[in-house]
Amino acid sequence: MISSVKHIRHLYARAGFGIRFEELKQVENLSVKQAVAGLFKASENIIPVDIIAANISYKDFLLANEGTKKMFLQEQRQQEKALNIDWINKMSTRNTPLREKMTLFWHNHFACRTQNAWHAQQLNNIQRNNAVGNFKTLLLEVSKAPAMLQFLNNQQNQKNHPNENFARELMELFTIGRGNYTEQDVKESARAFTGWSFNKQGSFIARPALHDTGPKTFLGNTGNFNGEDIIDMLLTKKETARFICTKLYKYFVNEAPDDLHISAMADVFYSNNYELKPLLEFVFTADWFYADKNIGNLIKAPVEFIVGLNSQFYITYQNPDVVLQFERALGQVLFYPPNVAGWPGGRNWIDSSSLMYRIKIPSTVLNGGVIEFSGKVDPEDEAFIATTRKQKEAVTTKVQAQADWDKFLNSIPKGTGKTTIAQTILATSISSNITEIINKTTDIKTLVIELASTPEYQLC
Amino acid sequence: MKRRDFLRNTTLASGALLIPSFLKPLEAIAMGDMSGYKNLVIIQLSGGNDGLNTIVPFGNDIYYQKRKTIAIQQPDIIKLTDAQGLNPNLSALKEIYDQGWMSIINSVGYPNPDRSHFRSMDIWQTGSDANQFLTTGWIGRYLDSNCSTCTDPYTAIEVDDTLSLAMKGAKMKGIAVENPAKLYQATRDPFFKQLVHQHNSANLNEDNLGYLYKTMIETYSSADYIQQTSKTYNTTALYPQTAFANQLKSVAKFINAGLKTRVYYVSLSGFDTHTGQQNQQGRQLKTYGDAVAAFVKDLKQADKLDDTLVMAFSEFGRRVEQNASDGTDHGTANNIMIFGGKLKKQGIYNNAPNLAQLDNGDLKYEVDFRDVYATLLDKWLNVNNSHVLNRNFAGLNFV
Repeated sequence: MISSVKHIRHLYARAGFGIRFEELKQVENLSVKQAVAGLFKASENIIPVDIIAANISYKDFLLANEGTKKMFLQEQRQQEKALNIDWINKMSTRNTPLREKMTLFWHNHFACRTQNAWHAQQLNNIQRNNAVGNFKTLLLEVSKAPAMLQFLNNQQNQKNHPNENFARELMELFTIGRGNYTEQDVKESARAFTGWSFNKQGSFIARPALHDTGPKTFLGNTGNFNGEDIIDMLLTKKETARFICTKLYKYFVNEAPDDLHISAMADVFYSNNYELKPLLEFVFTADWFYADKNIGNLIKAPVEFIVGLNSQFYITYQNPDVVLQFERALGQVLFYPPNVAGWPGGRNWIDSSSLMYRIKIPSTVLNGGVIEFSGKVDPEDEAFIATTRKQKEAVTTKVQAQADWDKFLNSIPKGTGKTTIAQTILATSISSNITEIINKTTDIKTLVIELASTPEYQLC
Repeated sequence: MKRRDFLRNTTLASGALLIPSFLKPLEAIAMGDMSGYKNLVIIQLSGGNDGLNTIVPFGNDIYYQKRKTIAIQQPDIIKLTDAQGLNPNLSALKEIYDQGWMSIINSVGYPNPDRSHFRSMDIWQTGSDANQFLTTGWIGRYLDSNCSTCTDPYTAIEVDDTLSLAMKGAKMKGIAVENPAKLYQATRDPFFKQLVHQHNSANLNEDNLGYLYKTMIETYSSADYIQQTSKTYNTTALYPQTAFANQLKSVAKFINAGLKTRVYYVSLSGFDTHTGQQNQQGRQLKTYGDAVAAFVKDLKQADKLDDTLVMAFSEFGRRVEQNASDGTDHGTANNIMIFGGKLKKQGIYNNAPNLAQLDNGDLKYEVDFRDVYATLLDKWLNVNNSHVLNRNFAGLNFV
């Protein structure tokens, strides 16, 4: 395959959170293969989230008196916030873009909510450690994570009183998907997971006294199965490889699944024993990955939007609450998926209000809420312009965020044309609308703020 | 590109459906045309309102046995029947009830209830089964269901700054409007205006970019329509000074101004009363009751009450037995309140909740909430409920 800057940009938009000019300088002459290798190399480094120092016991909290309860709740909220911001920062600094992008994928695939930030951090690190590793290892560790055991009620799954929640979601959402198992399979496998539990220290334990040791019949096999056996049997089904590949295809390539490409992916995944690296290498070096119809057509998730903006313009926030407000307004608060099925994504991200927020946020962060307007001003707009200018300082004070404009502007090689700049900021091809912006703006700062305030900027 | 060319091109390229609403000839909206234009107002009480201390089953001794410290005492209850009465903080609703503008449906819920706030709210907002995950809301699917008046986002308005899942369909979505003037202002940024006016037909393809442009243009035209239409009506009715009452005041203004909106959505939170329930819930109920009473009277005075139906729900009720901190924990079935000028069954719709036959300490549901939705869809919004709820529900008879 002949690679070009366009391919490199696309690779970074999908396998990471976009590309900065400084990165582009380093990789623009590489072949796709070399660039993919570079992304994996960078992601070999695993930097865990390590912001929650201790496990606050939720049970102790329930027994506590009113005053202590209030303190617990406050501490809990602080921890949730800290965890969220720490991850946003990790993604924004882009030391390990592919690993973080895959961690975000697993965060949504194994969607989970917990009030215990220690458990949430633990699960997040499991997803990070195994992000580009082996799916089986990942699945086993997630299944044994206290956050998940609690979220899907496996604490209540005991001999003679099975709770089917975990077993059902394991099949419906985590592995083979609907239509490939029966209600009886759910019932039987739930019994295999009885006794899977965790202790006060936040470690997994299998409690033999609560485990159902009777024979179970699962997917046509009968035996005294435990949880590991069930997971093994699910992975021998190629449907599992296909199910995960379909989701990955939608995440990395196109929301409309292509049977042929997904089958090819599933072959690679299955024959490599669920290793993720060969699968992702296969995708990122496939011709179809770089087909025009697969470029600039995915709607950025809110977190991708925020992270992309942060890192492109080297933004620092004095008040991290602002980032959380953005997440909330755009409909994706990390660690708060809507349910175990995760965020639906795609067009679901966009409604009138979220789109307005998306169009306003870049100028709010970068320029006190003002989009310097380079077109011909309609006389009736003069009042609007005067008002926003007047409010600019107030907005800047409120947002408390700084872009490093010097760093950004200096990273653009001398003599770079405005169209090239637009092609780096936007993933879509340059439409007449964008050409209009390019032609009218006279300085780079105004240009990039306007570009970041377009519908095109919502795509990657 | 000239407007006329633009119109012709988009019509050819992608069908008449994609012509931006603001380019369509605006029909004259005379107030006279609007009579019989039915509205549905949904009120979400978030946090799990304790239905038993809202519509109090004072006629049942079990209620007093299970709620030693937080039961509402008989002399304080505003009695509606021999069995049930209103929490005193809902006194403003007595007049509404007496006029025949209120109906109470007891024991509404769903099979295999979930006690998690967000999951149960998800179930109520999407209209799903307990073990089913839908990515669209029930109002959103109503918008999708090809109803003839659902082509514009303002067909469903949420008075808030973000849009709830309930309002999101696969193709169509409602619009969140906290303040029409502010939304209008925001869309009049000269840069934004330029984007709206300069896009060409290529921007309106069926792909994601087309979808983004289409949403942007619809927002632009809806913001204009909502602002221009609603500012023609001047509210004279008196409302309490609360944020929730302000939301309802906005809804009344929209309805009275003749906005062509079928569904309005508002919410009030603060009902998760695990501790010291009486004061906390009392405050919330007073906010709710006073605002709803003002709203209903405002609509009556403007002659719109007959065309309006209000449904108030919460994601679950509380457990029958109180807890040790003078509060209640998450429960299951709950009551729903309906308001309107043309109720078929006024007052209490069905039997008071059965406190003797519990499921593990929780009320058993007797009415599936989707039968309530089905009634609203079939008989009020005129769309076959199976198109929205994915299977047919028999519905009820309150309207």
